Amino acid sequence: MDLSLFAFERWVHFMAGITWIGLLYYFNFVQVPAVAEGTADKEKGGPGPAAISKYVAPRALLWFRWASLVTWFSGAFYLMGAHKFASAFMLQGQDAYIGMGAWLGTIMLFNVWGLIWPNQKKILGIVTATDEEKAKARKIAFLASRTNTMLSIPMLMFMGSASHGLPF
Amino acid sequence: MNPLASISGTIIAGFVLAIVLGLIVKMLAGV
Repeated sequence: MDLSLFAFERWVHFMAGITWIGLLYYFNFVQVPAVAEGTADKEKGGPGPAAISKYVAPRALLWFRWASLVTWFSGAFYLMGAHKFASAFMLQGQDAYIGMGAWLGTIMLFNVWGLIWPNQKKILGIVTATDEEKAKARKIAFLASRTNTMLSIPMLMFMGSASHGLPF
Repeated sequence: MNPLASISGTIIAGFVLAIVLGLIVKMLAGV
């Protein structure tokens, strides 16, 4: 059996990428609306969103942020192995397709580690913050998360288009 | 209005961005 490091990196990249973007869609399509509904419901005697914040969000965020890192590095190693890292990021010729996907993924990685995670730590009480700081953190984390959801759409199009062509 | 405020706005913005960036990359790749 021939072990291909190249194919292994691509495989890991797909698995980590699905974990990352799957949890991103979970946050945007499921958790955020659920917490909003739970908060409104609490005033009417409902259970509220406390359990989501305590038991679900920290676990989801743990897998989310580490999956983003594994996705980026496995993709970077793959491009390096293919000798396409520089030409992809410089958007040269045919490597511009995977390169645009890589740029979008890189911006998304920055949003996870630079904006979403530091602000979520304040929101979830992992680091201390005043109510005012928490309100600001909520706004930044929400917009960064929504930005990543938007960017994931062209990012996935470009990732697939490198081998299969654009849909237009 | 910020399109990112709603899920539908976010998805529409994503598809619009995909088309715009796709056309730019096609041009860069010389297609």
